[in-house]
Amino acid sequence: MYVIVVGGGKVGYYLTKTLVNEGYEILLIERNPQKVSIWQDRFGSVVQQGDGCEVTTLEQAGAARADVVIAVTGGDEDNLVICQVAKQRFHVRKTIARVNNPKNEDIFRRLGVDVTVSQTNVIRSLIEQTIPDRPLVHLLTLRHNGMEIVETTVSEDSLVVGRQLADIQLPPNVVLSAILRGGEMIIPNGGSVLWAGDEVIAVAERTSEAPLRRLLAGS
Amino acid sequence: MNTVIMGCGRVGARLAYLFDRAGHTVTVVDRQPEAFARLPADYRGSTRLGTGIDEDVLRAAGIESADLFLAVTNSDNANIMAAQIAKLTFRVARVVVRIYDPDREDTFHQMGLETICPTTLIANRIYESVTQGADVHIAAITLPAVPLVPAAPSGLPASGLDLADDAAETRHNGHLTHTLRQRFFR
Repeated sequence: MYVIVVGGGKVGYYLTKTLVNEGYEILLIERNPQKVSIWQDRFGSVVQQGDGCEVTTLEQAGAARADVVIAVTGGDEDNLVICQVAKQRFHVRKTIARVNNPKNEDIFRRLGVDVTVSQTNVIRSLIEQTIPDRPLVHLLTLRHNGMEIVETTVSEDSLVVGRQLADIQLPPNVVLSAILRGGEMIIPNGGSVLWAGDEVIAVAERTSEAPLRRLLAGS
Repeated sequence: MNTVIMGCGRVGARLAYLFDRAGHTVTVVDRQPEAFARLPADYRGSTRLGTGIDEDVLRAAGIESADLFLAVTNSDNANIMAAQIAKLTFRVARVVVRIYDPDREDTFHQMGLETICPTTLIANRIYESVTQGADVHIAAITLPAVPLVPAAPSGLPASGLDLADDAAETRHNGHLTHTLRQRFFR
C-alpha cells in the first residue's frame, strides 16, 4: 500500500514515522527545504521537497498509483485543495484531510474528501464520552445527509420507560439500532421494551438529535 | 446586484470600486484591516474583516443574499475553498475565482468553477503582442474609464459595467467583462 503524506509539521512527521515503522510504502511531501533536510536525515529518501497543492509535485510523487493521500498541513484551504487535486487529477481512491477549523468537516466531506479528522472534534467527543452527564454522545458522523450515530442512556424520568418501541413516537428519521443492557446487546424490534439505564445506540438525522435526547434522556 | 468580494488587494479593491460606482451593493472581505486603505475615499460599499474561508465571516458579509461572489485573494487555495463554499453552501448564482497556478486553474475549471488565471492570461498576451510586433501596453487588457452614471435603483443593473449584461459586454468588448467572460487559452 502506497501512502502520500502532505505536510511535514508535527502531525506529518509522527504519522510518517508510524507508517514507515508499520511497513507501508510512504512519501512525505514538505514545502520548507530546511524541514525537508532534517526529515531526510531521519527518514532518508521517503521525503520529497515540494508544494503538495501542485499537480506537478503530486505527479512526481507518483500520486497516480497512490492508494491514500493524507493532507495534514496547518491550512484547511491547502488540505482541501490537496485532496481535491489528488481525486480529480490522479483518481486517488482515498483522501484524508486534517481539518483545523472544526466547522469545515462538513464542507470538506461534501466537496469529496473521504475522511476528515478534526482534533477539536475528536477531543470534544472524547470529553463527551468521559463525562457521563452528557445525555447524547456522538459516536460517528456519517458522510451523507447529515446522519449521525449517537448513544444515550435512558433516564428514570423518561416517558419511554416500560414502553414497547412500537408505542413510542420517535422523532423523524431516527432508527434505534441497538440496546445495551447489563452487558448484553439487544437488536430491538417493535416489541422491545425500554428500561431506565438502557444504553441506546441510534442512527439519527442531526435535526432530530435534540428531540431524541429529550425523549430518552429527559431535558 | 449584491456583490461580495474576497480579498482587498489591488484587484479586489479595483473590483469593489467598479461595482460600487456602477451602483451595485458591495462588501469586501479581507483578513488585514490595512488592506481597506486601497479603497477610494468615495467608496460607498461595506468592508468586513476576516477570512473568506470561514462561513461565519461570509455570512456576516451578506453572502446569503449575494448574487455574485468574487474570490481574488493572493492565495489560490483560499480562493478555491471560498468559491466552493459560496456555490455549495450559499448557492450564490455567480462565482468567479482567480487562480494563479495554471494547472490548478485547469483542475478546478474542470470541476465546474468559473476560473480566471492571470498567469496564462498575461504571459500569452505579452507573447502574442511581441511576436505580432504590437505594443504590449496598448494591447494589454485595459479598463475603460468607469462611466459616470448615477447609481442604479437597487436590484437593477446599472448602465455601466455589468457582468451579467450582454449588451454591456458588447459595449466593453476587450475590457473587463470580456476578459472575465472569455477563457483565452484553452
